[in-house]
Amino acid sequence: MEELNALFHGFSVALTPFNLMLMFIGIILGVIIGVLPGLGGANGVAILLPLTFSMPPTSAIIMLSCIYWGALFGGAITSILFNIPGEPWSVATTFDGYPMAQQGRAGEALTGAFTSSFVGALVAVLMFTFLAPLIANFALQFGPPEFFAVYLLTFCSFIGTGKGNPFKIIASMMLGFAMAAVGIDIVTGQLRLTFGFTELLSGFHFLVAVIGLFGIGEILLSMEEGLSFSGHSAKINPRIVFQTWAKLPRYWATSIRSCFIGCWMGIIPGGATPASFMSYGVARQMSRDGGKFGTGQLEGVVAPETAAHAAGTSALLPMITLGIPGSPTAAVLLGGLMIWGLQPGPLLFVEQKDFVWGLIASMYLGNIAGLIVVLTMVPLFAAILRVPFSIIAPIIVVICAIGAFTVKNNMLDVWLMVVFGVVGYVFKKLDYPLAPLVLALVLGDAAESSFRQAMLLSQGSITVFWSNWLVGSLTTLALVLLAWPLFTALRERLRAAEQSG
Amino acid sequence: MSVRSRRLSYLPEQSVAEMENSKEAAHRTVRIGTMDTIVAALIFALGALVVYESYRLGSGWDENGPQAGYFPFYIGLLVCISSAVVFVQGLLRFKSDVRVFVRQDQFGQVLVILLPSAVYVLGIQLIGIYVPSAVFIGLFMKIVGKYSWLRSTVICLAVSVIAFLLFEVWFKIPLPKGPFETLIGY
Repeated sequence: MEELNALFHGFSVALTPFNLMLMFIGIILGVIIGVLPGLGGANGVAILLPLTFSMPPTSAIIMLSCIYWGALFGGAITSILFNIPGEPWSVATTFDGYPMAQQGRAGEALTGAFTSSFVGALVAVLMFTFLAPLIANFALQFGPPEFFAVYLLTFCSFIGTGKGNPFKIIASMMLGFAMAAVGIDIVTGQLRLTFGFTELLSGFHFLVAVIGLFGIGEILLSMEEGLSFSGHSAKINPRIVFQTWAKLPRYWATSIRSCFIGCWMGIIPGGATPASFMSYGVARQMSRDGGKFGTGQLEGVVAPETAAHAAGTSALLPMITLGIPGSPTAAVLLGGLMIWGLQPGPLLFVEQKDFVWGLIASMYLGNIAGLIVVLTMVPLFAAILRVPFSIIAPIIVVICAIGAFTVKNNMLDVWLMVVFGVVGYVFKKLDYPLAPLVLALVLGDAAESSFRQAMLLSQGSITVFWSNWLVGSLTTLALVLLAWPLFTALRERLRAAEQSG
Repeated sequence: MSVRSRRLSYLPEQSVAEMENSKEAAHRTVRIGTMDTIVAALIFALGALVVYESYRLGSGWDENGPQAGYFPFYIGLLVCISSAVVFVQGLLRFKSDVRVFVRQDQFGQVLVILLPSAVYVLGIQLIGIYVPSAVFIGLFMKIVGKYSWLRSTVICLAVSVIAFLLFEVWFKIPLPKGPFETLIGY
């Protein structure tokens, strides 16, 4: 019950007029960011982060996390109305959402999507409320070897769960670590990898990388497509909302399954996208109307949206409790914590009670606010997407440039943003994943220092990562995940051999 | 959002390739295989640079424990190994992989935004952010979007003025400024 007391205390922190205002601003900005091409959740939060430097950390995280919820909601709008997934995790929503819009049932699809997003998030936040203090408490006993093992697990799970070429995942990730190493070495004070450029003393800032890779990179990609949006109009009125709400309880089983998949996958890095696909696939197999999936089934919208939102929410769980973000957006939020002077990790629950519980309370409130905002303002958001790209594109470049400059008030960062933009464009087209690169850039220093401390403890012997059952099982699990692509490749080869033989 | 890659990501690779190849006749193209090997080679070079620099800094142990280059050395090594594998994979598939990285006309579209953006950043460096922002948005709308001068001017001025109020006046976050801002007292 201690959690409930803490939670009510959190509500008293979050429920000030100022914070409520920030919540609504955050949600509206978030939906706009989720709807616009070139501005995803990670990039949007990165650009707005410098604006929050002067705010109290609790208000800042409330606003930024609400931007995140807003972006999660916003992805569904473009998927359903325009058949264009605003975010990768809303790809599965297009399968049934867009056919529904074509049949003139856009309002029903949107209501279904928003409501199930809300349900998914709510379940994940409930889990968060009760699980987070336990994990944090457990993690208080972690030493450097355990932390490095958790980092290793995080990065290996990218390779184990990633769809693409594992070597490209490794290359992208290691480039992130290499960039994180640039600048002054905290332990020895030596300059590393600066090659005599004084501008590189403080290293590459991950916000600049995020703005370039995701923002400018996406703009270049969108220009290449020669975008012209044509979408269906959305009419949502209270009658449609209540009619849809009356239908939704029918899909309770799908909903529960999707919540479970979402919460579970969200803790794994990059989990929201696979969670939405998995949930859609499971729903199609288990549903009585499985054969009709893809033709405009409400259930086919409910399943991926619930899972994606649950996963997006639970991605914050490892970020807050262990200091390990589960998604690029969570990584940006984590960087924000460090900038506001908070050390992410288990100690937050001991030292910064107001902050942590204020954030958790704002997750409840923010999702309620989000549901209200998206249900009432859909036509407005859809109108934004109809603004031609030749107006949007230069404005987004300007916003990105401002965002990159304000990170450190440094002109070099704006040039780096352009370079990162080109890199982002090339990497995306060649299937080098960007999320591992960003995560490695954010976590590089922390991972390195825990590795060095662990090595100091053991005088350079790698056996320290198997010195007790906890760190041993974490490390072993990480190595299994690392080798996973090898297993699957072998299995496929065996199967192919069987078939041909 | 990259529309094509996501919208078509659930189609089999081959059908995408076929669709693109039908347009190939009209335009010169760069193949995926070519780019794959070039990028892998570049990444390898970066990795080698990291390895070399870490080695120079000291990648072993001294009396205080691991040296500065200890961790980056292995990171650089992993960059080299993984990019070498990608390079070899690219070479092995070079003939059979006919997917297209970019067509000439698509690349032209990319340059339409990339080059002005680079000029814009140069402009920020020289005369501050507000004037180049307005010029960039206005000219882009006029030339690429083919909007009227009136519309372009209104929108580009609005963006710059809003940005100015937001950053210089309300949030007191200084952005790069030049002679024009000095003229109006900032």
